[in-house]
Amino acid sequence: MSTKTIKVDVLARVEGEGRLFLRVKDGRVAAARLEIFESPRFFEAFLRGRRFTEAPDITARICGICPVAYQMSSVQAMEAALGVEVDEPLRQLRRLLFLGEWLESHGLHIFFLHAPDFLGYQDGLALARDYPEQVKLGLRLKKAGNSLVALLGGREIHPVNVRVGGFYRTPRRSELAALEDELAWAREASVAAVRFVAGFDFPDFEEDYDFVSLRHPHEYPILQGQLASSGGLTAPVADFDKHFQEVHLPHSHALHCRKTDGGLYFVGPLARYSLNYDRLAPLAREAAQAAGLGPVCRNPFRSIVVRAVEMVQAADEALAIIRDYRRPERPAVPVTPGPGEGHGITEAPRGILYHRYRLDQAGLITEAHIVPPTSQNQGSIEADLAGFAQGHLELPEADLTWRLEQMIRNYDPCISCATHFLKLTVERE
Amino acid sequence: MTDAARAAPPGRALVVGVGQPLRGDDGVGPLVAGLVRQARLAGVEVRETRGDLLSLASVWRDYALVIIVDAADTGGPPGTLTRLEAHAGVLPAQVRPSCSSHGVGLAEAVELARTLGTLPPRLIIFAVAGQDFSLGAPVSPEVAAGAQRAVAAVLEELAAAGWEEQSPPID
Repeated sequence: MSTKTIKVDVLARVEGEGRLFLRVKDGRVAAARLEIFESPRFFEAFLRGRRFTEAPDITARICGICPVAYQMSSVQAMEAALGVEVDEPLRQLRRLLFLGEWLESHGLHIFFLHAPDFLGYQDGLALARDYPEQVKLGLRLKKAGNSLVALLGGREIHPVNVRVGGFYRTPRRSELAALEDELAWAREASVAAVRFVAGFDFPDFEEDYDFVSLRHPHEYPILQGQLASSGGLTAPVADFDKHFQEVHLPHSHALHCRKTDGGLYFVGPLARYSLNYDRLAPLAREAAQAAGLGPVCRNPFRSIVVRAVEMVQAADEALAIIRDYRRPERPAVPVTPGPGEGHGITEAPRGILYHRYRLDQAGLITEAHIVPPTSQNQGSIEADLAGFAQGHLELPEADLTWRLEQMIRNYDPCISCATHFLKLTVERE
Repeated sequence: MTDAARAAPPGRALVVGVGQPLRGDDGVGPLVAGLVRQARLAGVEVRETRGDLLSLASVWRDYALVIIVDAADTGGPPGTLTRLEAHAGVLPAQVRPSCSSHGVGLAEAVELARTLGTLPPRLIIFAVAGQDFSLGAPVSPEVAAGAQRAVAAVLEELAAAGWEEQSPPID
């Protein structure tokens, strides 16, 4: 019997604290576990007894990278509970705010967290020494996203301008017009980013994932749509709990998600792209084609290319919204407190983010349920680690470990969100 | 230096307090920033940040002088003030580690900007030694005293570079 252990105590370039455990016994991967030991955060409990109006500001605190997604899932759930529909111009502004978050989040992940894996650097700083122009481009793209979030959200992190029914204040046309040139630059720069990352070497690894994302009649999904999957699911957002469930596993502080039949599923850029290729803007689709991506991408290492394609989409759409912008007549539609249950799903940069709330007569929250993307992807991450390791056990230990860390970063996991993550241990027996 | 010898401020200055006010002595940066803001100096912008310095690093080249105040776990007596000229050379090893995983910490942001040639002309860091970084704790008395010394040092730094006049009052 042969036994071997590979150990990486701290996995960097992911958000939060966790550890990977991989045991190899007699040449077979016997166990692959993502052990999340970051403390549980109890946000769902904090929310009980609070007013429905407080959910967007409280849930925005769950994540410093994707607070807009938390705000948007929460306000849409509340609006569903209270029978409120926001005006189209306000919905467009919400989309614009969300596009800013995509640019920020993808810009950070592509250039600082993930690209070093492909080019053989320990971190973004080391990458910057040899690729200064690309890193500057990434920083500026991120900043373009920050500018949108700061203007529409009131500040760059944990925005404060979103409320159930709309916004507290809508921007003047001149304020948005001031961002037009930078977003026009960002659109071109994103196309250059796609070219840059498409030139990386990608391990030959594909899985038959069951992709799950939103799907909208004519938009690339962000705010709205129905649940869709590559397995053929089409369901309203309110039916999330009928199709997916959370299970607690002893090795993780984060709940794992499964389909109700027990199967794994996959959320995030690869899923969004593969289920909504036909909804991409022409420029984003052209960039994808030029990068060698087909309509479906099942190689998780190529997620870095898909994220760059999504930046093209985001900048292109943001520019269009700004150019068509007329200041809405009112910053928010009226909302009357009352009892109800509402569901909201939006496409956070890392995948679908589900919120469900129950409200009492006074509009106080009696129950809150939040399912972040990283919880939903944990099963797929573990399956990928096991699958990749099994096919590459011949690799020298350092190379295998490098690839496994890279595999985790394919998912841009947000452990802080999910604890609601990273040390890496590989044990060979 | 006499008043006459002091040049007019060359553009704008930025003072940034880095830290988390809910983590004991880590709140010293925002505490100092708030006190500097009260001086209402013309041409001086004051900000607080919890630690994502990457965003800051993308704008600091727009300022002639950037002063950053942050708590440090130096192992020295709490409240001790250390002044570093970050524009002049690589930061000492003890300020290099970052507590942040996904966000980019101060030392990384400074070294990244140095690599990319995007540091401001002058970047001064005041590090205040802390001792208690527990969740929900107030800033300790020793570090609060250090904060007062940091405020004086920041104001002196600004004055020496020409930023010492108050903004006109806002009606």
